[in-house]
Amino acid sequence: MLIRHSPDIAPSEITPRSLYLRRREFLAGFGAGLAFAGAAQAAALAAARSAFSTNEPKTPRADVLAYNNFYEFGGRKSDPADNAHTLTTEPWTVRIDGLVAKPADYRLEDLIKPLALEERVYRMRCVEGWSMVIPWIGAPLSEILKRVEPLGSAKYVAFETLVRPEEMPGQKGLLQLLPWPYVEGLRLDEALHPLTILATGLYGETLPNQNGAPLRLVVPWKYGFKGIKSIVRISLTETQPKTSWNIQNPREYGFYSNVNPNVDHPRWSQATERRIGEGGLFAKRRPTLMYNGYADQVASLYSGMDLERYF
Amino acid sequence: MRAALRIPKLVVYVAGLVPAAWTFYLGLQDRLGPEPIKALEQELGLWSLRFLLLCLLISPLRRAGVDLLRYRRALGLLAFYYAALHLSAYVALDHGFDWTAIGRDILKRPYVTIGMAAFVILVPLAATSNNAAIRRLGAAAWARLHRLVYVAAILAAAHFLLIVKSWPAEPLLYAAATIALLAARALPAARRARTASAS
Ligand code: HEM
Repeated sequence: MLIRHSPDIAPSEITPRSLYLRRREFLAGFGAGLAFAGAAQAAALAAARSAFSTNEPKTPRADVLAYNNFYEFGGRKSDPADNAHTLTTEPWTVRIDGLVAKPADYRLEDLIKPLALEERVYRMRCVEGWSMVIPWIGAPLSEILKRVEPLGSAKYVAFETLVRPEEMPGQKGLLQLLPWPYVEGLRLDEALHPLTILATGLYGETLPNQNGAPLRLVVPWKYGFKGIKSIVRISLTETQPKTSWNIQNPREYGFYSNVNPNVDHPRWSQATERRIGEGGLFAKRRPTLMYNGYADQVASLYSGMDLERYF
Repeated sequence: MRAALRIPKLVVYVAGLVPAAWTFYLGLQDRLGPEPIKALEQELGLWSLRFLLLCLLISPLRRAGVDLLRYRRALGLLAFYYAALHLSAYVALDHGFDWTAIGRDILKRPYVTIGMAAFVILVPLAATSNNAAIRRLGAAAWARLHRLVYVAAILAAAHFLLIVKSWPAEPLLYAAATIALLAARALPAARRARTASAS
């Protein structure tokens, strides 16, 4: 007997096209869900959408979770997704010290509880020349800094990532790619800028380990490596703090590391970028925007500065 | 060993091109990860370097009693084909034929300059990888010309080292392999020269 397709059902009616087009994301999300089942469960996070969000199409969640630089877990982009499940993020304390009126070791819950979490859909430009659009969940860093009351002498904020070789395979062995702990820093006015957030989640859930759980910095107008992950210490200082990539190669990575299409990396151009998840083998590069497209909000922070010198 | 020696050369060429075809196929299927162009470009570059190193392995192997000399031309040409595909991916897919950006890259970025130099060296070697050219040039001149493959290998390994951030293992291992293979030829040659002058 011949079984024939009913001619009045178009294939497009069987699966909605929008869902069909997102099938990989759906499957990958499902797979990631399974992978997480054993480790710390990603929990839903409620957050109001911030007006600072861009309306550009978001990078598929699967790519945001699979393509990371987090050298504590290895040097390849896939290493964090493969290895970071070993990281335990509970309990977690953040030491806030230096030039503040209220230095202390804060339990993460206590630090986060008073904050009104927001969803911030930001562009993220990696110094390597690729970019994503990521729906972060977090709160302005300024909220936390205000609570600890910076002293008048504080001019910079220094950050530090966890060192725990038992759980971070990139921190042990012969070839370690950076000195640990990973350290980063901002000028105080950059840290207090409303665009600068501490993120605790993305895509509606608590941060996956490979994206810097449980607490990371997001500074959308700077190259991605400024967004330090798995933060255990925040110190207010009078002098400019050391930063990891600058220690590793001062000629190539400056303290500021603002996204700037006119100042090239010594080894490659920064004029263009590739948006992850956009168009496969024949995708075009897109022009990189000054301050990653946030010039209206942040250019005034750097007025009069020689950006070739302070790269 | 005899069985291995009987593999027709055509099989080496066809098998050698499988990684390129397979990677391109994966790319068309959108299965090369979040940065498919970069993944394809890197894979083609890596295979070029691998074939270059395999080419350099033939002589030391021969001294160790394994004669695969009849496949050396195929391996060398495969190294060239992959370098050409790698360059094509760079020009067409990575930079969309933006000749200004490409020209600037070649002049300004040492790792691209060095990669380009390696490719330019491989062109005359590939063009003379046939019996007619050997006859025309004469065996001695031909052999002298083809010693440039050592320079190409050094440049290719340096090209790889210069691309990466920090010092990851893979380019270091390829650089070490290149140095080992060059040493494997330089040392016996030096010893021969010494015994020759002593006698
Ligand atoms: C004999 C010639 C060449 C060899 C053996 C070679 C080999 C390689 C290797 C091994 C890599 C690194 C792959 C990886 O990261 O896994 C690479 C990357 C690269 N090569 Fe070449 N290369 C050659 C010529 C060229 C030429 C002529 C150009 C351009 C003019 C070029 C441009 C590049 C670029 C841009 C990358 C970086 C790709 C990326 O990571 O985005 N190469 N090459």
